Amino acid sequence: MDAFLSMGGYGRFVWPSYALAAAVLAWNIWSALRLQRNALEHARRRVAIARGDADRQAL
Amino acid sequence: MATWTWFHKLSSPPHFYRIAGKMIPWYAIPAAILIVLGIYGGLFSAPADYQQGEAFRIIYVHAPAAWLSLMCYTTMAVAAAVGLIWRIKLAHALAAATAPIGASFALLCLATGSLWGRPMWGTWWEWDARLTSQLILFFLYLGYMALRSAYDDLTRADRASAVLAIVGVVNVPIIHFSVNWWNSLHQGSTVIRKGGPAMPPSMLIPLLMCFAGFTLLYAALACVRVRAEVLQRERNATWLKELGAG
Amino acid sequence: MTPRRKRLFAIAGILAGVGLATAVALKAFDNNLQYFYDPSEVVAGKAPLDKSIRVGGMVTKGSVERKPGSLEVQFLITDFAQSVKISYTGVLPDLFREGQGIIAHGRLHDGVFVADEVLAKHDEKYMPPEVAKSLKKPVPPAPEGRT
Repeated sequence: MDAFLSMGGYGRFVWPSYALAAAVLAWNIWSALRLQRNALEHARRRVAIARGDADRQAL
Repeated sequence: MATWTWFHKLSSPPHFYRIAGKMIPWYAIPAAILIVLGIYGGLFSAPADYQQGEAFRIIYVHAPAAWLSLMCYTTMAVAAAVGLIWRIKLAHALAAATAPIGASFALLCLATGSLWGRPMWGTWWEWDARLTSQLILFFLYLGYMALRSAYDDLTRADRASAVLAIVGVVNVPIIHFSVNWWNSLHQGSTVIRKGGPAMPPSMLIPLLMCFAGFTLLYAALACVRVRAEVLQRERNATWLKELGAG
Repeated sequence: MTPRRKRLFAIAGILAGVGLATAVALKAFDNNLQYFYDPSEVVAGKAPLDKSIRVGGMVTKGSVERKPGSLEVQFLITDFAQSVKISYTGVLPDLFREGQGIIAHGRLHDGVFVADEVLAKHDEKYMPPEVAKSLKKPVPPAPEGRT
């Protein structure tokens, strides 16, 4: 386990690299999902408003 | 011709929205599997390198990041060109969606490269051809995104940024061939080279899995982002209302 | 100033920054190219003596000499036509070894290149130690205990 963590003496270069990679992957997934969620909410709101307008116009 | 009909259909926002939605799990799940297997292989089953020791394992995140940054920029430039030439808004949406993804991997490539260069070469940075042109690629991504946000009008934003994307694509072959064209500190290509990959299968297979996994991840992310763009751009379209809850 | 104006200025600033950064990067790369000399050029007197320059070549086998009691090391580099003697005081990178390429930053002084930085190059080939041994590849010393 120690040998694995120390990576032959290069651990302080290898592990930050993998940590940065994990962070970039995580950010990409989070960021895309957040955009999707916001876009869906806005779209739903717009559809609801449009429906509300249509109902009012029908009166 | 069947391919043109397919292409035409795909450029229609509601059609794209539906198809991309279906494709997401087909990209995301294999991506996750390949990345996990590739990283596991890179950290555990691949033997250490005779000259770089365990430090070479950085390749399993550095090289796929580099590949993705180049592939994304190329995709961005092609999509921008298609958008400009055929005036397909969805193409511009794809370019816009790809930029932040490519930029993040360009940055990852530079950072992991620096962490790898310090112990191996003896420096965090050198202004050699490969590193300099990769840095410029990152600047191009930033410039593209900044240019887009400068315009209120989406069409103008699309067009201006498309020009930058297309002009900048010349940097992509420069990055790839830089190690052959100029005397550089960065070594030549390990995988794409005359005589085949300079790596035994035990090291190469996890690397190829990471390349494939990262690429499929991009496809999944692009589908999610472009669908979100479509929802924004098509705000008043009737098909949105028919979509109901999405 | 309206918010829109402020934003435009910010964006213009970012673009100008990106353009400037690119120009700086290209200038640095150009310097890198221009002031790089191989041993043949150095021996032919093509390298300036008053500037900080870079030289590159392969470390000649058997040429590495360490001065006892100091961190100074001297070695020859060659481009297989001519050789240049390099003197460096400091810790050499892990991948420094005879038979491999290096790039040194520094100045020429009385025919010796006094380096303030020595960078080790490595090729694009990867293989496990057993294979390297059978191919008689130059192996660097283990990094454990160094740096």
